[in-house]
Amino acid sequence: MIQYALTFGFVAVSAALMMNLYRLVKGPTVMDRVLAVDTMVVNTIALIILYGIRESTTLYFESALLMAMFSFISTVAYCRFALRGDVIE
Amino acid sequence: MSLLLIILLPFLGSVLPALMIRSSRNACAVAAGSVNTLALALLLTQIPAVLRGETPRADWNWIPRLGLDVGLYVDGWGLLFAGLILGIGLLVVIYARFYLSAADAMGNFYTYLLLFQGAMVGIVLSNNVLLMLIFWELTSLSSFLLIGFWGHTPAGRQGARMALAVTGLGGLALIGGMLMIGRIAGSFDWTDILASGDLIRESPHYSWALGLVLIGCFSKSAQFPLHFWLPHAMAAPTPVSAYLHSATMVKAGIFLLARSWPVLSGTPQWFYVVTSVGLATMVLGACIALFQDDLKGLLAYSTISHLGLMTMLLGLSTASAVVACVLHLINHAAFKAALFMNTGIVDHETGTRDVRRLGGLIGLMPVTATLGIVAAASMAGLPPLGGFLSKELMLEETAHTRFLASSWLLPALATFAAIASFGYSLRYVTRIFFGPPRDDYPRPPHDPPGGLGLAPFVLVAVAVLLGLFPESFAGTPVRVASAAVIGGPVPEFHLALWHGWTPPVWMSIIAVLGGTFAVAWHGGLAEVWGRIPKPQAKPLFDASILRLTSGSRRLAEGLHNGSLQRYLFVMIATGWLAGLVAFIRHDFAIGTRPVLPVNPVILVGWVLLIAACVLVVVIRHERLLALIVVNVIGLIASLLFIYLSAPDLALTQISVEVVTLILMLLALYFLPKQSLEELSTFARTRNAILAGLVGLGAGGLTWATMTRDFESLSEFYWREALPRSGGANVVNVILVDFRGFDTFGEIMVLGIAALIIFALLDGMLRGPVQGKLASWSSGERYSPSRHPLVMVVVTRLMLPLSLMVSAFIFMRGHNLPGGGFIAALVVSIALIMQYMASGFGWAAKQVRVDYHALIGGGALIAGATGIAAMVLDLPFLTSGFRHFHLPVIGDFELSSAMAFDLGVFLTVVGGVMLALAQLSYLGESTNREAVNEEPMDYRPGASTQPSRSTRREV
Repeated sequence: MIQYALTFGFVAVSAALMMNLYRLVKGPTVMDRVLAVDTMVVNTIALIILYGIRESTTLYFESALLMAMFSFISTVAYCRFALRGDVIE
Repeated sequence: MSLLLIILLPFLGSVLPALMIRSSRNACAVAAGSVNTLALALLLTQIPAVLRGETPRADWNWIPRLGLDVGLYVDGWGLLFAGLILGIGLLVVIYARFYLSAADAMGNFYTYLLLFQGAMVGIVLSNNVLLMLIFWELTSLSSFLLIGFWGHTPAGRQGARMALAVTGLGGLALIGGMLMIGRIAGSFDWTDILASGDLIRESPHYSWALGLVLIGCFSKSAQFPLHFWLPHAMAAPTPVSAYLHSATMVKAGIFLLARSWPVLSGTPQWFYVVTSVGLATMVLGACIALFQDDLKGLLAYSTISHLGLMTMLLGLSTASAVVACVLHLINHAAFKAALFMNTGIVDHETGTRDVRRLGGLIGLMPVTATLGIVAAASMAGLPPLGGFLSKELMLEETAHTRFLASSWLLPALATFAAIASFGYSLRYVTRIFFGPPRDDYPRPPHDPPGGLGLAPFVLVAVAVLLGLFPESFAGTPVRVASAAVIGGPVPEFHLALWHGWTPPVWMSIIAVLGGTFAVAWHGGLAEVWGRIPKPQAKPLFDASILRLTSGSRRLAEGLHNGSLQRYLFVMIATGWLAGLVAFIRHDFAIGTRPVLPVNPVILVGWVLLIAACVLVVVIRHERLLALIVVNVIGLIASLLFIYLSAPDLALTQISVEVVTLILMLLALYFLPKQSLEELSTFARTRNAILAGLVGLGAGGLTWATMTRDFESLSEFYWREALPRSGGANVVNVILVDFRGFDTFGEIMVLGIAALIIFALLDGMLRGPVQGKLASWSSGERYSPSRHPLVMVVVTRLMLPLSLMVSAFIFMRGHNLPGGGFIAALVVSIALIMQYMASGFGWAAKQVRVDYHALIGGGALIAGATGIAAMVLDLPFLTSGFRHFHLPVIGDFELSSAMAFDLGVFLTVVGGVMLALAQLSYLGESTNREAVNEEPMDYRPGASTQPSRSTRREV
């Protein structure tokens, strides 16, 4: 049962990743691309957790944890750079 | 042991003069003199053993694999030479004390002198050829220092450089020659080499080895055509000339020729080359000396001539010639050093060295004149002085030698040289001391104080005694030394002043008459000499050096033009070519492991990766966009690590990604946001092709590796990690335990890199760059909020959570994915978040710990962990572990590697934070707005006034 759910999850997240890639390539402005990358990170978190469930192991959990904790820093850094130029002031 | 001390004492004692000069010049000289005396005394204790026929030896291992051992031995020849070095050295020390003026750095002088002494004694006492070569180079270096002692004069600098270049090149040739000889003989010890004479002479490489060794010896002993550096070395102070360039260093070549005489001589190559070179040098040196006006120049060319004499004698390959050479060595050392010192006294007292300004000093400086006349008589070869005896022996040898199918060519040339020799000695004496006294001496001449005259007096006394009582004084040393050189029975000889009306006596009479005529008609002869075209050595030398350096500069700057693209291209192309060559030369077979089906999710990831890479290449000119896409690549890399079962790597990649991104954005602030197109279409196409080829190659290599089974070291680590280190996380155990030393080095490198970044950026805040920074403007700001409230709250909440996660990752690193490095990166990111949210000024105030201290403390802790193991008599960085049972938590394993991990943690935090903080501090210096005191722009609940800030002076 859980295998079907996992397969569906993988398919959905992969489709989401491809859509993010489209926006990354296409996005006319900088912010489109930044948002695309941010969403890609979220999808990757989901992918890692699904993979951990499929392999029945908790070894990969901390990777997802770190990504969740710190991915917003990259996005904020990009935005600050575009808005004010100086990332740390 | 005492042999080693004889060599080591001058080296160790060389620091004394530099220290004692602070007390007084006398203390300095006494220090140098006592070191010298001590070494000499130790040497004298070796005399009884050598006279009995033994050769005391001492051996220590140094680098056995190279054949380099500290092997020392004393035989007659080495003892004689060492006695010359240390004995004349002592006299030179005394002489220099009174010669050097108060403005000269006497401490430095004696230090260099003692260094030279140690090196020279090392040459003569070495049993190991490689050790001797080391000392050989050391004498060149110390000679360079001594010649350039008066470095404020261009003559001193240029003379020193020329001497170093020529003797250094000769030393290089010598290394080649001696290595060949050592290879042929099978050992690098002199005792073994001297026993394999036939082996070496019959080897097919004999001529090459001989040629190289001869170049080395000729360059050191100023033989034609490598003699031109010696006259320019006369720019050195006179004590140096008396010591190095007459009595000891230039004789090193003669020493080596004699030392290898039993091995290399006896062949036609040796005979013709060495004899010709020696003869040419002897004649040429004497002729040039005859027409010199500078006293030291005269003596320099005379030294060249006498060295040529000794070389020629060694070239004659007969045992009696060796005896003559040894005797002349002793005599020459005595009278030449005395003459140099005499010249020094004349120069010191009258203020000039030019014979055209001297004359008639015999009445004004009687003692000096007497010593000078006696020494010059010995140089001229007049009885009853020592020089006469050795000249007689030399003429005797040449009279009995057939050279180039003629029995009279050699004696004729030798007599010609003797004529010139008598001529310049007579000129020396007459032009300085005889004639009417002048009234235009630069300084009023008078006899020097006792100290200055003591050393020449001793030397002249030796020259006289050698002449009057040759058998008693010189008999034993000459016999013992000759026996050592010949390596067999010494021919019978009797040193006496009169042997009857033999050919040498006639030749000497011809020499006296001819020399007198030469001096009498000197004016006319000098005119003829002046019209002969002579190649000038110095301009030739300078021109060749100039051409060499400009050629090398063109080559270096042509290859290394600073273009990173070029370096990268060359490196990658070379790597690819190496792989291609290996691929072509060996067979290729398809791997045996079955290929797995592709996981569709990974396929999606692959598509993402390729698309991101292509996108980066396409939009590379927009730097911000390129950075955004690079983030994607890092993301996919983390995903791949997880798929390939490497959770530690994934954790590291994720955290490093964030840190690197912040670093690059901080730097991009100052750089142009668009890059220009720098390469031509041709270059870009070429790079694209190379990239394609390398990609194919790397991909193929990965494919081939993954489809094969192979044994690797990871099996060992898998097996041994848990039992030996108590940790189940093999990656972490490898990092902190098995390869702990490697990690130790890496955190050192990280710390050093961070410190260098700090230093460079700190330097940027001063000097000309600061002006640029102050007037630099960042461009438009699209948002007024500097420290938004939301960001501050979120990051402030994240801080304790991040620290907890970091501690968790740190503690469990030994058994589960994690470790000190990842924990350190997590803490760094948490701290950077605070800097980003509340600003550099505010955050820097909150951090009480100095990042430099963190780096240093981390390195110290890591090192202390390793040293703690050494205290317990175990190798560096051995770890231990124990299992504990705690009441609530359960089984807990604690390893000392955790302390090492702590060191890694602290160093990485300190390093990363230092680099990032300094970069952001740079940005702050361009900021027009004031440093904020409040952590956020608007504090809810406070008054409606805007946040206070202080005006900051620029």
